[in-house]
Formats: sequence, structure tokens, C-alpha cells
Amino acid sequence: MSTNDPASTRGMQDFERSLASSDKTLASFEEGRKTFLQRLQHFLHGNPTAIPAIVLLLGVLLFSAIVGSRFFHPINLSLIIQQVTIIGILGIAQTLIVFTAGIDLSVGAIMVLASVIMGKLAVVAGVPTALAFLMGLGAGGLCGLINGLLVTTFRLPPFIVTLGTWNIFFALNLWYSASETIRSQDITANAPFLQLLGTTINFFGARLTYGSVLMLLLFGVFWYVLNRTAFGRHLYATGDDPDAARLSGINTDKVLLAVYVTAGVICAIAAWALIGRIGSVSPQAGYTSNLDSITAVVIGGTSLFGGRGSIFGTLIGALIVGVFRNGLALSGVDVLWQEFTVGLLIIVAVAIDQWIRKVAA
Amino acid sequence: MVHERPRQRGIVWEYATVSAKFRLLATAAMGALAFGLVTSQASAEDAIVGLITKTNTNPFFVKMREGAEAKAKELGVELRSFAGKYDGDNQAQVEAIESLIAAGAKGILITPSDTAAIVPTVKKARDAGILVIALDTPLSPIEAADATFATDNFKAGEFIGQWAKATLGDGAANAKIAMLDLNASQVTVDVLRDQGFLKGFGVDVKDAAKIGDEDDARIVGHDVTDGSEEGGRTAMENLLQKDPEINVVYTINEPAAAGAYEALKAMGMESSVLVVSVDGGCPGVNNVKDGVIGATSMQFPLMMASMGVQAVVDHAASGKKPENSPGLDFFNTGVELITDKPVDGLPSITSEEGLKKCWG
Repeated sequence: MSTNDPASTRGMQDFERSLASSDKTLASFEEGRKTFLQRLQHFLHGNPTAIPAIVLLLGVLLFSAIVGSRFFHPINLSLIIQQVTIIGILGIAQTLIVFTAGIDLSVGAIMVLASVIMGKLAVVAGVPTALAFLMGLGAGGLCGLINGLLVTTFRLPPFIVTLGTWNIFFALNLWYSASETIRSQDITANAPFLQLLGTTINFFGARLTYGSVLMLLLFGVFWYVLNRTAFGRHLYATGDDPDAARLSGINTDKVLLAVYVTAGVICAIAAWALIGRIGSVSPQAGYTSNLDSITAVVIGGTSLFGGRGSIFGTLIGALIVGVFRNGLALSGVDVLWQEFTVGLLIIVAVAIDQWIRKVAA
Repeated sequence: MVHERPRQRGIVWEYATVSAKFRLLATAAMGALAFGLVTSQASAEDAIVGLITKTNTNPFFVKMREGAEAKAKELGVELRSFAGKYDGDNQAQVEAIESLIAAGAKGILITPSDTAAIVPTVKKARDAGILVIALDTPLSPIEAADATFATDNFKAGEFIGQWAKATLGDGAANAKIAMLDLNASQVTVDVLRDQGFLKGFGVDVKDAAKIGDEDDARIVGHDVTDGSEEGGRTAMENLLQKDPEINVVYTINEPAAAGAYEALKAMGMESSVLVVSVDGGCPGVNNVKDGVIGATSMQFPLMMASMGVQAVVDHAASGKKPENSPGLDFFNTGVELITDKPVDGLPSITSEEGLKKCWG
């Protein structure tokens, strides 16, 4: 055909004239007009940490307005980071497991058991501190391995497995420690390395401990692992849809086992940070840490159904709890309202997650 | 890319129901195990004394059980021990009383987790002719038990309040006080120690049954610690943010005091602040020796338990019930002030002497 213009050659036939005024768009999916809410839903679906980040910002603004400079001060803000160190580190372990659509009720018990092993070996039994520390880390990994084997080999639900091991690890801790606290002074005298993470450093008016710096580093490391390594992508895939993951060649059991062992070792690192923070080794410590770590994960916008969420969401979730506790305490509000607020935050976070999950893909 | 998967919601429901069943099974299994262990140790004709503590984790209760066991052995009676899984576990204590009634126990010694909720079950035991003695924590009402052997917690608080006031001297008028309490529930022991301390320090406590209704400007604030090191540190940090000039710190117990001290140390304030506490555990008394805690009020859990066992045996032999201390509605098992910096007019013993009597 020499030309596309029909009028220049033979003239347009009558029935063709209407073409000019007809719809010229190509075939496409029906794109209903989206309401603001739907667009928000889509945005949050792609950015699960947006809401927690906004809540954190609002919390900081709110308490800065109410309490003033005593709250919005580098020292106080860095103090909040110090206060969430333990829960933050445990939260990393919890997040990894929640990403696989599991849950770990034993993280707090693993932490306390590891801290008692480190302290008791180094201070009471006279084992070289470095060795005692490594044995503590090993014990954490071993606890995680037990959880992982029960989940993968025996196909038991993680909730039940860790409910059981929570009690078992806690009982072992009481037996091994005989419920006795190892005092700060005795640790300083015999194994100061265990308290290393409690060392404070100043910069630009803020005060952080080595422990809180380590926590931030760990978040960075695990962000990289989750988003930039094959293992991380396999982990997400296993959590989102284990059948699809298996069909695409991922050894999901191996992934799960690795996740539980890693989580156990992270709990033992939290144990080290705990000794740094409270100075002593207390078998009574950390009894609520299991639930506190789940709280941080949930408020951080990670879905308990697996496969969706961000590791930094957990950091933000932990910080939100820290900001509200600290802010309410500084405002002189009765402590029961701190509990009330945390409860409210959890329910709002889960409600938002349920709503986001209904997004039309 | 994300699919709605109702299948998974199903799994969560399943977890919930399975977990409830699991807990029932586990409780039953543990009960059976404990029963088997205890009965195998003593012969059947021995009188049975039951000891029910809040938990078996807290060294205070561990010591209490040791005291009861030693006394039971000495008197040739059989001791059966029970404990809740956590502080506040009323259900486990109800089950423990029920099995002791069924076993035909002569007496029950109990540290109630829920002082009011346990009362109907205690009544059942008393109706069955069992002597019930509350240890450490009074029932509400206190007369729901045949007798109460406890620390005078108000007195314990008052001692350390008086000590802090006398130590500060003229400075007490301008003191800045941090109050590190237990938790938000205002349980009796928490209230008594808190209010006792304030009264001893010379603060108008208003309603002595309520924490936090005082309007004395010297009080910087109250915060909660759960009686743990971590809780003590966080609470201390928050109160220091409220007012960095705090110079007196009251703590509900010695672990909380140790945590508070870590916070003060991080701020470089440990030498300028008085920390006082209550308990008399060995780590706490050692902390008095090292200057971490200025003064602590020691209580005597071992004595509570051994006196309790003795009272049950006496009652079984003669029908005589234990009497209250003069002027109190319970038997006071005593409080001693431990400090290495004694003040005039306030009897106290040194940490060196305290280490011989400490528990846990």
C-alpha cells in the first residue's frame, strides 16, 4: 500500500466514515477509577513500613508538643534507642521466623538461658570468657536447631513447638542457674567482656551503647541478607507460598532450619546485650520478651501470615513502643495507660494488615 | 501476586484450639508427675502439709520451700509443694488446694497470687478442717485465713524511709525522690512498701492504700519495674529524664535497685544518689556491702515457712491456732534494716552480719 490516507486515492466509503469518531484505545484491563482509599491500600501493600513510620513520626511530634525539650532532646531520644536494644535484637530473630509464616514464643527463654550460660561459665566455673561467650552463642544456636528440627522433621506447627520449648528452655535456665543472680560487680571483676555492650559512647550530644550500635548494625546486615541474597529471597518465598517455593526448586526445609538456627544465635547475641544493659545475669530477666518481640514485629507492619513485611518495620515497631512508654512516663501519666496504648497500637496494626491483605492484586 | 489464603487462617485457629488442649494436657501431666514424686518420698501415715507458692522461680519462694522442707523433715511430716507458673496464676493455686483437700492434708501454707480470688477455695479447705496459713502475702480479707505469717511490709518501707531522711539530714527538705514500684496493679505489698517509705521519709501519703495520690513536690515520679533489673534500669532512666536532680531512689526490691544503679552509673551519678530497697536476698546484701544500695530492709522467708509448718503440726496435736503479733492483724516474722552507714535512733545491722542471714 502506497499510502495510509484512504481519502487521497479512492475516497472513503460511507461505512468507514464513522471510524474517525470511534474509540481508538487498545484492548486493556478494565481500570476502574480508584478511590483515594484504594490507592492508599495499594501504596501500603507495596510499602508495609509506611504506616509504622508515620505513627513513629506522629508519636515523636505528639510527645515533643506535650513534654517539650525534655522529650525531644538528643539524650532522651538516644535513650529510647538504648531502651529498645534488647527487644530490637530479639525482634530481628522474631521477624525472620514470622516471615516464614511461623512464630517463636521461645526467643526470650533462649536469650535468658544463653545469658545464664555465659555468666555462669565465665564467673562461677572460671571458663575463659571468650570460650564461655562462644558456648553461650552455641547454646542459642542449639536451641534454635531443636525448634527448627521439630518444625521441619516432625511437621509440628511452630506455635506449638515454641510454646513447648519456651517452657523447657525456661525450666533448664532455672535449674542451671538455681534461680540465683550473678551480680554486676562479680562480672566486672571476672568477665568484663560480657558487659562490653553496656559501654556508652557519645556523639553529637546523643548517648548510645555499643549494644544499641550493634542492634542497628544487625538490622542493616539482615536487611542486606533478606533483600540482596538468594537465601533472603528464598526465605520470603517460603513464607509467602511454601508449595510454590518448593515447586520452583527451593529446599524449604533447609531454609526453615537455617532460619531457626540463625534466630537462636541472634537470641544469644541479645543475651550479650542484656548483660551489658542490666550489668548482671538474672535468671528472672526477659520473661515478657517473647511477647514484646512479637509486639514489635506486629506494630512494625509485618504480616503474621508470612512473606510480607520489612525488617526495618520491626525496628520502627520497637521504637514506637519505646517512644510511647518513655513519652507517657515523662508526661506523668499513670503506667496502666502505657499498657493500654501498646494494646491499642497492636490491634490497629493488625487491623491495618488485614485490610491491606484484601488488596486486589 | 498475593493471594487471599483462607487456608492459613484455618491453621491459626487450629493453633489456638490445639494450644488450649495442649496446656490442659501439660498441666495434668505435670500434676501427675509432681504427685508421683512427692508420694514416693514419704510413708502414708505421715501428716501432710501443703506449701503453695506464687512461682517456683523467685529465689524468695525457693528459700521458703527450703525452709519448709527442712522443718517438715525435722518434725517428721510430709511436705507437698505446689507453685503457679507465673505471678498471678490463680488457677494453678486453686487446683493445688483442691488436690490437697483430696489428699487429706492437715494444713496449707499459701502465698496467694490473687488475694481475693483464692478466698472461696480457701474457705472450702477450712470447711474441710484444714488449717490455712497465708505466708508473706495476706488474703483479702486478711481473716479469710486462719493466720498470716508475713513481713510487716509497711514497716520495711518505713525503715528505709527513715534511714534516707536521717542520712540526708537537712537536705531531706529539698530531696528529689524517684519511686520505683512493682507494677500497675497496686498489689498490697507494692502499696505497703511504697507508702511506708514515704511516711518514713516524712511525706504526707494521703490515702495510704493508694500509690501516687501524694502531692509533695519532692516526689519526681513513680514508675514500674516488674521487680526486675531491666525494668529498674528503664524506669530509672525515664525518671532521670523527668528530673536529672534525683538524689533519693526507693525500689520495690533489690533486682530493681541493681537495675536503677546501672542507669545511675551510665549517667555518672552513682555516688551522689541514695538507693534504698527491701528484701534481704544475698545479692542485695552484697550490694549494700559494695555501696550500690544504701540500706535495705531484710525479710525472712525461711522463718515464715518453718514457723508455718510448726504451726500446722501444733494445731494437729492440740487444736491451738497461732496468734497475731500485738497491735497487728497478722504475725510479724520480722524486718531488719541492713546498712553499713547506721544512723542514730534507728536499729540496724551491718552487711557483714546481714550476709549470715540473707536468702537466695
